[in-house]
Amino acid sequence: MKGNRKVPGLNSSSTADISFILLIFFLVTTSMDTDMGITRRLPEWQPNAQEEEAKVKERNLLIVKVNSDNEILVRKDVIKITELKDIAKEFIANPENKDNLPAKEEYEIPGFGTVVTTTKHVISLQTDGDTQYEIYFKVQNELSRAYNELRDEWLFEQYHKHSRDFAEDADEIVYAKGMYPSKISEAEPRQYGAANIQYAE
Amino acid sequence: MPELNTSSLPDLIFSVLFFFMMVTSMREVTLKVVINQPAGTEIEKLVKKSRVTHIYIGTPTKDYRSQLGPGTRIQLDDDFAEVGAVQDFVIGERKNMAERDQPYMQVSMKIDNDTHMNIVTDVKQELRKAWALNIVYSSKKTNRVE
Repeated sequence: MKGNRKVPGLNSSSTADISFILLIFFLVTTSMDTDMGITRRLPEWQPNAQEEEAKVKERNLLIVKVNSDNEILVRKDVIKITELKDIAKEFIANPENKDNLPAKEEYEIPGFGTVVTTTKHVISLQTDGDTQYEIYFKVQNELSRAYNELRDEWLFEQYHKHSRDFAEDADEIVYAKGMYPSKISEAEPRQYGAANIQYAE
Repeated sequence: MPELNTSSLPDLIFSVLFFFMMVTSMREVTLKVVINQPAGTEIEKLVKKSRVTHIYIGTPTKDYRSQLGPGTRIQLDDDFAEVGAVQDFVIGERKNMAERDQPYMQVSMKIDNDTHMNIVTDVKQELRKAWALNIVYSSKKTNRVE
């Protein structure tokens, strides 16, 4: 009866401890924090930018300039950062149909229908070489906030729900972005100004 | 009293272990620049890590300040770089990405608060040349509104 001999089992009671140690090591070294930030899209690179001048009507253009003293200038007035959001909101939406703010046009949002909105507005953000990044970032943040608040107000008007109550990839969110598409132009450098944006007419 | 059978406990722990091994990105760079990020309210999470490339802009840390001085520097991967290297770096990073991720490449810029905009603008121009148009101004989250 030699073949029937039992093999003693390997004592594996410490395997759990070993794997626990490994687990704790990975737990500690894992950086679960996801990167966050403000997303923007740069314009396409044009080698001869001077020749390709964007033609924007004056009423459709809001120039926000941050100068080397970190002052924010809108339409040549120095403003505080707290004022910027409301100026931007009024400019983007033009709620009172003013002549000096962007013209409203009929525009079809795919899947939603036709809306009347300012289709051609552009916010031009300009900086000096010595402008501090922190201020620039805050201005970007305020401009994003203007868009997000407008979209949120529009969603509430349409669906009586706030944007945070929708799923992140809901169609309604896409419609709101179609209603107020973000149009922030970051000016060509070295010209430091509206040099590349010419007023038409 | 019968003892609880714990023979499957190692397997259980191992599966948790494998999960963490998979989500961990071991290619963490050591920052050679000091970056004090701005904080914003309107920020989005970058969910797909595989699509994100990082560029760091700040002043050198103490160890490198003696060699490089206190001026603002750009860090790509583990090394300092000049502005001109950004374009090749981004193109190279994009080549290494999965093909389906390439069109959605995002460049996350971690920039110190005190950086002057001329460097940022130069980097942005390089990104445009590299056709990496989706950029992220990396920041912390805050609820305090200006």
